[in-house]
Amino acid sequence: MLSQILYALPFLAQGFALTLWVSLLVVVLSLIAGVILGVGLVYGPAPLRWAVRIFSDTIRGIPILVLIFFVYYGLPAVGVHLQSFWAAVLALTLFKTAQVVEYLRGAVASIPKGQSEAAMAIGLTFRQRLVYVVFPQAFRRFLPPWINGVTDAVKGSALVSLLGITDLMQAINQVIGRTYEAMPLYILGALIYFAVNYALSYASRRLEQRFAFIRD
Amino acid sequence: MGYTLNFNLIWRHFDKLSGGLLLSLELALIAIAIGIVIGLVLAVWYVSAGRVVRGIIAAYVEFIRNVPLILLVYLVFYGLPTVVDLAYSAQTSFVATLALYSGAYLVEVFRSGLEAVPRGQIDAGKAIGLTPWQRLVHVRLPTMMRITLPALSNTFISLFKDTSVASVISVPELTYGAQWINFNTFRIVEVYLVVTAMYLVTGYALLFALRLVERWYRTAR
Repeated sequence: MLSQILYALPFLAQGFALTLWVSLLVVVLSLIAGVILGVGLVYGPAPLRWAVRIFSDTIRGIPILVLIFFVYYGLPAVGVHLQSFWAAVLALTLFKTAQVVEYLRGAVASIPKGQSEAAMAIGLTFRQRLVYVVFPQAFRRFLPPWINGVTDAVKGSALVSLLGITDLMQAINQVIGRTYEAMPLYILGALIYFAVNYALSYASRRLEQRFAFIRD
Repeated sequence: MGYTLNFNLIWRHFDKLSGGLLLSLELALIAIAIGIVIGLVLAVWYVSAGRVVRGIIAAYVEFIRNVPLILLVYLVFYGLPTVVDLAYSAQTSFVATLALYSGAYLVEVFRSGLEAVPRGQIDAGKAIGLTPWQRLVHVRLPTMMRITLPALSNTFISLFKDTSVASVISVPELTYGAQWINFNTFRIVEVYLVVTAMYLVTGYALLFALRLVERWYRTAR
């Protein structure tokens, strides 16, 4: 049993690397998209606000799995051909973007209105208010939940195994298909996911404690 | 483009989706019912236990929260029967997995709820001579319930969405129904549009109903 698992380790490591790669892409892309849309949601004109609200509530209202299937099977049907890897990244990014939008909205909303008003009173422009007053404070509220939310990207990435992408989950299933050592391999996989995600959620909790001194 | 929407085949097989939706709700409901029991027992135990028990409960919570649900589903359905002498259907297996999963989230919810019960209420209970058990049942749990109800509603709705993972072990819930129609009729865009609408309408209807319950519960006494 042990020798079979040792033999499979390089293969599992490749899968794990893919899991990390998918997660990293999703986290970076969704951070960019989410911050832009989030600013649109808080400060944009009404039509933009509605559009972002509908986007976010729709995405957060359906299972990630449905979103993944919709993107993967639906795009080719309407003539858009993406490799399954990119279809998976796109679907997970949409899901994470909606989350980032909400983290950003929550963080900005937690900054007392007086801060913006004071900035306005001393004559800062809209851009200066955001960059020098609101964002530096909102950042401390945004960071802990966002880091914790990265675990959702890592956990969600296990669903891309259903599209035949050889991530850690799929690699584990393939090794089990060959060796029939189901339980040890699932436990090994669980421990790997656990190690990554626990580190992230631990970091998030520590940051939250560090930022806890900031009061309204 | 050149894709023409045609919903006829979706309506012809709509029983797969309506039946699937009911099963999704049923799975979520049974799972949260068991999850609430797990969560309550462990949370009450946690706040009064020593370090070892706390460590074990925390390990369970952290393990479940940091591992993908799909892996837990595989582990219980494909892995567990290879080491223990048990036979169970995919549906039972999934409900058990989702119950353990929701239990881990609810321990946290209930634990923070119990800690949020004002000290004065417990002292008042002590002052009028309630036993520790009476204080728990008549003072701490009712107040905790009111504090945690919103989080409980959110957990339920999130579990309802998580039932989609049951499709990977062929439990015929809503996402499985969607895939069946996807593979058998190729009306792909239509089926996912309909299923998206079904998840959204059901999810938001549940949210609305649960918010009403919360408001009623807050003002009831």
